[in-house]
Amino acid sequence: MACINDHWQSQVRQVAQGIRRRVMEHTVRNHGGYLSQACSAAEILATLYLRIMHLGKTEKALVPAPFAGVPGPDNSAAFTGALFNGPRGPEYDRFILSPSQYALVLYALLIETGRMDPAGLEQFNVDGFTVEMIGAEHSPGMEVMTGSLGQGLSQAAGIAMARRLKGESGKVWVFMSDGEWQSGQNWEALQAITHHKLDNIGIYVDVNGQQCDGAMCDVMAIEPFADRLTAFGARVYQVDGHNLDALVRPVLEPGCAGKPVIVLADTKPWQGIDILKKRYPKLHYVRFASGDEQAEYAGILQTML
Amino acid sequence: MEILSKVHARNFVMWAKDKPTVYVLSADLTSSTEADLFRDAYPERFLSMGIAEQNMLSFAGGMAREGLHPFIHTFAVFIYRRAYDQIAVSVAYPNLPVRMIGFLPGVTTPGGATHQAIEDIAVMRALPNMTIFECGDATDVESVLDAAHKVDGPVYIRMLRGEIPRLFAPTDTIQFNKARLISRGSDLTVLSTGICTEEAMRAIQVLEKRGLSVQHMHITTLKPFSDAAVMTAIARSRYGVITMENHSIIGGLGTIVAEQMAEAGIGRKLVRIGLQDTFVHGASRAYLMHKYRLDAMALIDEVQKLAGQNFSISEAELAQVYIAPGHSDAKPEAL
Repeated sequence: MACINDHWQSQVRQVAQGIRRRVMEHTVRNHGGYLSQACSAAEILATLYLRIMHLGKTEKALVPAPFAGVPGPDNSAAFTGALFNGPRGPEYDRFILSPSQYALVLYALLIETGRMDPAGLEQFNVDGFTVEMIGAEHSPGMEVMTGSLGQGLSQAAGIAMARRLKGESGKVWVFMSDGEWQSGQNWEALQAITHHKLDNIGIYVDVNGQQCDGAMCDVMAIEPFADRLTAFGARVYQVDGHNLDALVRPVLEPGCAGKPVIVLADTKPWQGIDILKKRYPKLHYVRFASGDEQAEYAGILQTML
Repeated sequence: MEILSKVHARNFVMWAKDKPTVYVLSADLTSSTEADLFRDAYPERFLSMGIAEQNMLSFAGGMAREGLHPFIHTFAVFIYRRAYDQIAVSVAYPNLPVRMIGFLPGVTTPGGATHQAIEDIAVMRALPNMTIFECGDATDVESVLDAAHKVDGPVYIRMLRGEIPRLFAPTDTIQFNKARLISRGSDLTVLSTGICTEEAMRAIQVLEKRGLSVQHMHITTLKPFSDAAVMTAIARSRYGVITMENHSIIGGLGTIVAEQMAEAGIGRKLVRIGLQDTFVHGASRAYLMHKYRLDAMALIDEVQKLAGQNFSISEAELAQVYIAPGHSDAKPEAL
């Protein structure tokens, strides 16, 4: 469980900076990438992995295995990416990445936390490998299919229900984006979570205000977001998503029996890489319009190394 | 022919007694899907999920990942139409043992087009890893749970509720991926599924009295579908094969048989009895079966066309036919 001291903060900051740098490097090298997601979510994910979730250690930095076929009755070789999150056990927490468009950010995080070998990122979006652009359940750090937005929370809730029925002490942590909450299924899920009093589930939402078509307030507004979630029965905290103390504090507070914790982490999709602001409001996927632009980003990357 | 009521409700309570991993998830249709007796018997294994099928399917996927066996109970339409993406992503792709029990197949409800599952087999069949069963009588309803429980992956069951007949002896249970042989014959093969089997049995009894030799097989496993006996029967049928189903002729039993005949190079005439690419409306089952030609008389008509003969069979004569519960495999040997 989390504790507040300067040392963990410097660790988290280092990992968050590493996430940004690796995703920037990847974006420059590949002429594109999910860069704004790294900017907004770096502190949230680093804090979850280093200070909030109780995950087992991996024995070493793992190299992702090639694609072993889809799950099915005739394929015993199929696997999930959960092994990057350490061993499975009743006492360990579980991590569910709901918007798998954040997969690149997660891969960078796994490298920075020593769970994935840096060479793993060289398999990103390479035919025959599992380090997929939009992560699937075999991708490093993932264990359920979530690319169709809206299904991560429901699946996590089912897992949380089963774990409660089995008497397991480990929690289920879900990382979500704010845009996903436009989908009705999430509200169905939250309704079920609060009705069945699943307080072994915790949700961190990257409230970056962005989606594929642009700014959420223009595409499809969901405000008053916190009020809506509270009205559905959740214990909601609205915090600065780049402030580490603020990110951790909600889970240090005494629990509220029967209610899930939802932390709305307000973030800036250009945090740490200011140049991204120029692209506002089209930040969902960075694709360079010209060689000059790529060179500009490459120059900034040099300052991050 | 014996008529029974609440077969699933009673059977499920007994069946689930010693299966602690079996849970029932219901979307506000607990009595309507005969899950009420389970709820009362094992309240700790019953989860009310509200009118929210998308969440229910993904939630069940989460439970199944943890070693539990969730049994979804709702109307068939609310499973595959409302939550198709959720089934594909949260259940079928990861090959999880979620059992989806869909009630009110085809014309079995006066609830109209919003409640009638007329293309569910077509839709669910297209999903990799999916196994599909259809129940046609009380014995099917009682034995489908065992058949489903043995499947390593998701299962969709077209279930019957309320008053249903017993066409097969209680010991004549569903055999996975095996057609039940009801009668042997070489003039014609009739493949029927679900509620159409009772109609076919009635028609075929009369046709046999007129000297026609009919190979009648009842299909409960719609996917996979690879019982060699079915294609063998079709290949040696003089007039060809008639499929009969309470479903659109597109994508269901008729399509399955057509595909397999073509692949096997069996050049026989195929007639598909079923909904002819149409939605239907709210009315009684008997009315709809007659209007949309899913009943015994419809089969008689198609047989007459195929055989080029008029057997002079009336509705009244068909109505007189008594169907005794049979023991499909044993019956021919016992004669």
